[in-house]
Amino acid sequence: MTSMSKPFIDKHLPKNKLGLSVRNYEGVMSTLCAGCGHDSVTASLVQAFWELDLAPESAAKISGIGCSSKTTAYFMGQSHGINTVHGRMPSVATGANAANGDLNYIGISGDGDSLSIGFGQFAHAIRRNLNMLYIIENNGVYGLTKGQFSASADYGSKSKKGVANEQTPIDPCVQALTLGAGFVARAFSGDKSQLIPLIKAGLKHKGFALIDVISPCVTFNDHAGSTKSYAHTYKYYHPLVHTDFVAHADEVTGSYDKDGAMRVTMQDGGELFLRKTADDYDPRDRAQAIETLLMNKTEGEIRTGLLYLNSDLPDMQAANKLPKIPLNQVLYERLTPGKAALAKLQARYR
Amino acid sequence: MKDLVDVSGDVRVNDFVIKIGNVNGTGSASANGLLMKAIFRMGVPVVGKNLFPSNIQGLPTWYEIRLTKDGYMARSGTAEFIVAMNAETYKQDLAAVSPGGFLLYDSTWPRPDLHARADITAIGVPLARLVNAAFDNARTRVLMKNMAYVGAVAGLTGLDVEVIRGLVKEMFGTKEHLIDANMKAIGLGLDYVREHHPEPLPLHIEAMDKTAGHIMIDGNTAAALGCVYAGATFGAWYPITPSTSLMDGFKSFCEKFRVDPQTGEHNYCIIQAEDELASVGMAIGAGWNGARAFTPTSGPGISLMSEFIGFAYYGEVPLVLFDVQRAGPSTGLPTRTQQCDITLAAYASHGDTKHILLFPANPKECFEMAIQSFDIAERFQTPVFFMTDLDIGMNDWMIPELEWDESYTPDRGKVLTADEIEKLEKFYRYEDRDGDAIPYRTLPGSHPKGAYFTRGSGHNWKGGYTEDSAEYKEVLDRLTTKWKNAANAVPAPVITRCGRNARRAIISVGGCDGAVLEALDRFAENGVELDYLRVRGFPFNAEVDAFIAQYEEVFVVEQNRDGQLRSLLVNETAADKTKLIPILDYAGMAANPKFIIEGISAHLEALGDVA
Repeated sequence: MTSMSKPFIDKHLPKNKLGLSVRNYEGVMSTLCAGCGHDSVTASLVQAFWELDLAPESAAKISGIGCSSKTTAYFMGQSHGINTVHGRMPSVATGANAANGDLNYIGISGDGDSLSIGFGQFAHAIRRNLNMLYIIENNGVYGLTKGQFSASADYGSKSKKGVANEQTPIDPCVQALTLGAGFVARAFSGDKSQLIPLIKAGLKHKGFALIDVISPCVTFNDHAGSTKSYAHTYKYYHPLVHTDFVAHADEVTGSYDKDGAMRVTMQDGGELFLRKTADDYDPRDRAQAIETLLMNKTEGEIRTGLLYLNSDLPDMQAANKLPKIPLNQVLYERLTPGKAALAKLQARYR
Repeated sequence: MKDLVDVSGDVRVNDFVIKIGNVNGTGSASANGLLMKAIFRMGVPVVGKNLFPSNIQGLPTWYEIRLTKDGYMARSGTAEFIVAMNAETYKQDLAAVSPGGFLLYDSTWPRPDLHARADITAIGVPLARLVNAAFDNARTRVLMKNMAYVGAVAGLTGLDVEVIRGLVKEMFGTKEHLIDANMKAIGLGLDYVREHHPEPLPLHIEAMDKTAGHIMIDGNTAAALGCVYAGATFGAWYPITPSTSLMDGFKSFCEKFRVDPQTGEHNYCIIQAEDELASVGMAIGAGWNGARAFTPTSGPGISLMSEFIGFAYYGEVPLVLFDVQRAGPSTGLPTRTQQCDITLAAYASHGDTKHILLFPANPKECFEMAIQSFDIAERFQTPVFFMTDLDIGMNDWMIPELEWDESYTPDRGKVLTADEIEKLEKFYRYEDRDGDAIPYRTLPGSHPKGAYFTRGSGHNWKGGYTEDSAEYKEVLDRLTTKWKNAANAVPAPVITRCGRNARRAIISVGGCDGAVLEALDRFAENGVELDYLRVRGFPFNAEVDAFIAQYEEVFVVEQNRDGQLRSLLVNETAADKTKLIPILDYAGMAANPKFIIEGISAHLEALGDVA
C-alpha cells in the first residue's frame, strides 16, 4: 500500500479472468501510519482476491473498531463493508452470513477487538463454524488510544514508555484450536509470499478460517523490548509449514523455498531469520498444533503458516439447513403460510 | 363509588374470579388451562392470568380465571373463589377471598384455621386421599390431584363436564389411557362435591354465546405468528423471561410452515446467541444483508443491546426488537409485568437517538403490529421497537380470530435492484433523493456500483467518513426528519369518546387498555365523563397533540413508577405538562381498573370536583 493517492490507470497491468486488474480491488486511501503492518495485510487481500478471480462485489467486509477495523475501507471499494462496534464484528458477520451465504465474508479484527471486548463473540463464531475468513491484525497494542497493552501482549514485553507487561497473553491460535476451528493459521504482515496463499486458502475454506497476522504497530509497538515489533518478529518468525494447500483450488501455489533459510537485516537493525520448514509437522493434527504453539512460548519462536486444517466440519449454513437460495432472496410467496393456513391453525386456540 | 366486586348475597352468573393457589412445578398449568378453556368453550368471555415466581419448582404460584360476561379484559383484582392447593399460602389465600366468597382446600388433612373467616365459606375436598386411593404412581398422584380440583370446581359452579371431556380428548389425542386417567381424576373431585355439597354455589357458570369467532392466545405466540406472516427469515435471541416464548413460537411455526418437505431445507434461520449483544448484532447483520430480521428480548437485554441499537440507527439498518417488558430496574421482578422500558427504548443508545415504537394492547394487535413493525423498519431503514409486556406476552387473551389479507406484500422500502443500480450515474448511500429523508440502500453482492460502507462513525450523505461539522449535522438532521415522518406510518391512536363534552380524558398505552375501558364504564355509571386515547405508536401522531389540547386535564395511565409515557408526551408533544396527571401502577401485576379509579377519584376529590 501507499499513503499517496494514485490515479486509476491500469492499462498496462495484467488482468485476471474477470478482466480486472489489481487496481479494481483497491479501496480508499489508507489513513493508517506509514509503515503500518495492517497496510501490508490490505495489500495481500487485494492481491489474493485478484488472483482468485473473485468479483469485488462478491465480498462482504466486516470489522469492529480499531486500526485494524479501519482497513476494510482500504481494499475492494466495490464491495459492501460494515464497521460495526468494538469487538462485535462476529455477530454481525453471523447474521449477514445467514441472510446470504453466497458472499465471501472477510472479517478484519485486531487483538484489542477480538481478544478483549470481543473475546466471547470470537469464540462463538468459531463454535458455530461461521463460513468466513477471520483475520486478526495482531500488534499487541491499542493504537487508536495510543499505546495501551492489549490482551495479546507477551509477558514481559515492554511498552513504548518502558513499562513491562505483567499479564500472560491470550494466543488466538491456541484459543481457536481448542474451540474447534477448522482452519488456523499464523502469518506475518511483512511476508506477503506466505500471507497471500494463506488468505486464498482461508477464503476457499468452507467454515471458520482464522489467520492471526503479526502486524507490527510502527508508532506504539515497534521498539526494543516489544515482542510484536518488526525486529522481534523477523528474528523469531518461524514458518512451520508450506501454506500452499487449498482444497479444490490448484491455482494457488506456495512460494516458500522449503530448504531455504533467509536472513535479512532491516532498517531498524532487526533481523529476519527464517529457518527450515518443519518436515514432520502435520497440519491435520489438532493436538500437535496446540502442542507446537505452546512450545513456541518457551522457545520464543513465532510459528507461522497453516497450523491446522480440517475441512470436514459442517459450517453454519449446513448446520442450520439453510436453503441453496439465500434467505434474502427467497420469495415472500414461499415464506407466508397464507390465509387458509391461518384459519386452520387457529382451531388449536379455540 | 361502588366497589368493583362484592359477592355477598348475590348470585353471580359468569361474573367472578376463580383463583388457584399452587406450587410451582406441580403440573397445575394444564389443569388451570383446561378450566379456563372449558369456560371459554361454554361461550363465556374469560381472562386468564398466570402469577408465577421466578423459580422452576417449589415456590407459590397462582392462576386467576376471570369470567367476564361483559367482556372486560383486565383483572378484576378480586377472588370470589379460591382453590387453595398450597399449604404455604393457605393463610394468604384465606385473606384474599372476597367477602361472601368461597375457598376450596384439600381436606385430606384437618385445616381448622381455614374456617377463621365467618364471611366466607370453606369447602373441604380430600383431594390427596381420593387420588392416592385411585392412582399408584407418586408423580401421577401429584398431577391427578390437579385434575381432581378441576372436577370439584366444575361440580360446584356448573361447568359442563362434557366440554371438559372434549378438551381432555383433544389434549391427549389417541392416548386413551391418559384420557381415561384424567377423566377418572376429574370424576373424583366432581363426585365428591356432588355428594357432599349438593347445593350449587351462588357462583354459576352458564353457557353463553359470546366467544364464537374468538380464540384464546398469548401475545408472544401471536407476535411470533406475525413474524412468520411478515416474511421474517432471521431471528437471533438470548433466552430471557418473558420473551423466550416468542422465539419458541416462531421456531414452532417455522418448523410447520417453512421446512421444504423435499429437501429438508429451512426457509428461516434461528440462532441462539451467546448474549444479547450478539443477538442484536446478528439481527443487524441479517437486516443489513436484506433479510427481515428480529430479536426478542426484555429490558435487561435492551440495556445490553444499546450500543448496537445506536449503530443501527445511525447506519440506518432495519431490524425489529420485540421488548416484552418486565418489572425493573436491574434484574427486578423477572416474572412480573410492567411498562418500564418506554423511555429506554425511545432513546436507546448514546448520542442523539430517537426510535420508532409500536404498542400493541393485546395478542390481536401483537399479530398485526409485528407485521407492521417489519414494514416500518424496512421502509424507514431503522430499528423498530415492538413494546409489549409480560401480561400481554405470556397470558392467554380472548381475541377475535386473526384474519389475513392475501394481497399483503411486504414493504421492503427503498432497496435498489442490480438493474436500477446499473442505470444510476452514481450511487450515494445517504442521499435524500426523494426529499422524504429516506435514502436508497443496496444489498451486499448486488452490484459493484452499489457498494458502500456502513459505519457508526461520522459520515456524510455520500456515505464517506467525515468529521466535517456541516456534513455531520446534515445527516443527523435528516435522521430527525425521517423519525418525525414516521409519526404517520405508525398505527394511529385509538380514541374513545364518552359522547358528551368531557373536560377530562385519559391517555394510556398497551396492556392498560382493558383496565381503562372498564374504569371508564365505572366512571360513566357514576356520572364522571372521560374521553380516552390509546397511544399505539411513537413518534406521536398529530392526533395525540390535538387530543390533549381539547381537555383541561389528561390522566396519563401507565404501569411504571416514573410516568415514562408522560415523559415522552412532555418531551415530544406541545402539551402543557401541568395538565398531564400521572396515574401509575408499578406493583408488577397485570393491570386492573382499581388503580385508575382510585387515582382519578382521589384527584377529583382533592379538587372537590366529584360527579
